[in-house]
Amino acid sequence: MDVNWKTVADRLFPQGHAIVESECFLSGTASVDGQTIAVVGTSGHIAIGVEIALAQARAVLDTVRQHPGRPILILVDTQGQRLRHRDEMLGINRYMAHLGKCIELARLRGHHVIALVYDQALSGGFITSGLMADACYALPDASIRVMGLPAMARITKVPEQRLTELAKSNPVFAPGAENYLVMGGLEEIWTGDLAARLRAALASPDHQDRRSERGLQRGGRRLAARVAQAVADDADLPPA
Amino acid sequence: MSSYMESNARERLRHLLDTGTLHEFLPPAKRIVSPHLEQLDTPVAFDDGVVTASGLLQGRPVLAAAQEGGFIGGAVGEVHGAKLVGLLRRAIAERPAAVLLLLDTGGVRLHEANAGLIAVSEVMRSVLAARNAGVPVLALIGGANGCFGGMGIVACCANAVIMSEEGRLGLSGPEVIETAHGVEEYDARDRALVWRTSGGKHRTLTGDSRRLVADTVEAFRQAAAEEMAACGHAALSLEELEQENRMLAQRLDATEGCRDPQDIWLGLGVADPSAVPMLDAEAFQRMAAQLRTKEDAGA
Amino acid sequence: MQRLNFRFEQGEADGAGRQPQVVGVVSSGNLEVLIEPAALNGACEIDVHTAAVGFDAIWAAVLADFQQRWKLSDVRISINDVGATPAVVSLRLDQAAESMLEGTQ
Repeated sequence: MDVNWKTVADRLFPQGHAIVESECFLSGTASVDGQTIAVVGTSGHIAIGVEIALAQARAVLDTVRQHPGRPILILVDTQGQRLRHRDEMLGINRYMAHLGKCIELARLRGHHVIALVYDQALSGGFITSGLMADACYALPDASIRVMGLPAMARITKVPEQRLTELAKSNPVFAPGAENYLVMGGLEEIWTGDLAARLRAALASPDHQDRRSERGLQRGGRRLAARVAQAVADDADLPPA
Repeated sequence: MSSYMESNARERLRHLLDTGTLHEFLPPAKRIVSPHLEQLDTPVAFDDGVVTASGLLQGRPVLAAAQEGGFIGGAVGEVHGAKLVGLLRRAIAERPAAVLLLLDTGGVRLHEANAGLIAVSEVMRSVLAARNAGVPVLALIGGANGCFGGMGIVACCANAVIMSEEGRLGLSGPEVIETAHGVEEYDARDRALVWRTSGGKHRTLTGDSRRLVADTVEAFRQAAAEEMAACGHAALSLEELEQENRMLAQRLDATEGCRDPQDIWLGLGVADPSAVPMLDAEAFQRMAAQLRTKEDAGA
Repeated sequence: MQRLNFRFEQGEADGAGRQPQVVGVVSSGNLEVLIEPAALNGACEIDVHTAAVGFDAIWAAVLADFQQRWKLSDVRISINDVGATPAVVSLRLDQAAESMLEGTQ
């Protein structure tokens, strides 16, 4: 499955955009109802290494410094973190945390930050970009997952057959946008008029993390919100 | 003196906090277990592998969590993650002197896959929300699993990381990298290399860890108390993040051509990189403190 | 996984008013023992959830020995086991009983 970011950008920004791609790093601006928004992201299923994590963070910081209040859209297409000794040695976890903190700072400063997974999103490549946004959206065929089932089977020592079987009916294991939606990880899946969807998303900023509530409402995660509340209140679990 | 590495989560927390002050939220007696493990024929733990509590540290009120590294590699599932989120939300309401996160984890609990990934992301946001509410968050790393996966990212969202030599901090474990790109890329059985790459001494030299302590609960306790007292303001700031961005960019430039972490240490001014693994915590800390430059990011 | 339940009547060492305690860790070769007071008409109930299937007789023997030693009354013990040996099981049970009755933190 190979979605061209330019096709997605054209659907998102019928009024035009000035997004450039440089070695799978996307950055630039675009227009929505006459308002300029900042766009940052990745393409080509790139593996996120230290350089691209830093570049995305830089783009977010520049927006906060130079364009206070400007909304930020994160376009996500990644195969996950780059699996190289060098990245580990340099502390890729620190670079990714830095990106996550920059997004949080933007939110703190009143920037509306939304993310769209338009192709792939795996684990470490996703957790400090898409999953740090105010809300994360996805196209219906987006491939979102933690890890491939064969690798999961190897590490958990649960037979692959069993995982595959469970994946059919259980959103916890199965990859895919629908499962992340029902678990509260995604706010919505976007079909049809992407420009209209984007406009609607930008019109409803929400800086609170409501994902565990969504997981409860939609039935994909029945415990998270209640457990968090019980610990916060030093009480028993509230009823479902 | 009890070894931090050898102690279990509850023991670590009990001895870290002032005697008799530990009060646990959702203790094991409540039996809030994982809803996802039974279908995989996997045993549950009554606290889902994490202790969340309040207490005093040298007389000051703190909230603290300790991950049980022995339970499914300390990995984060739905309930485990939610306990951490709840603790951090409580911190925003209570404004303790700090939140202490005793991390001992491989990251997302694969048995709970998607729920685990979203949970880690929620922990990340709530660490930063607590900081923005003015509550310092400290990450303590010294267990057998180290701190990897998404939680390796969470650790670096804290105000400071404190590590023992035995601890490791990173994103991807050596086995995963060796599987992806071969033993030439990263020999997972070369323990010395693994520790040079992600161990406490390396992270303290590069500045990702604030300081190195001995493998005792007492040493972690003392360091946590000192970092708590030294933490100026907990919240994120544009200036600090811009400074961190510059520092991280400089790190890329300064390490070009460095194959082994010892090459990096040489570049940092360590006189005898090969002697670093032999230094005890105190001697190492003295050396590292001398090297510490003003580029040390506090963001 | 297997669940086993045991009930021993007419204990003597009263658990009433004690604090719940937990010892051990749910890791390979180990077990977690949760011990707490419970209104059981003087009995001690032990429920075991174990990853090692088919060792009913051994559990029965180990737990009977344990109750012989401690004679617990109005106490519930809950175990999550990952294939610990009888020696380790006995050790944890003794640690649990001691921590509850002697009130050690």
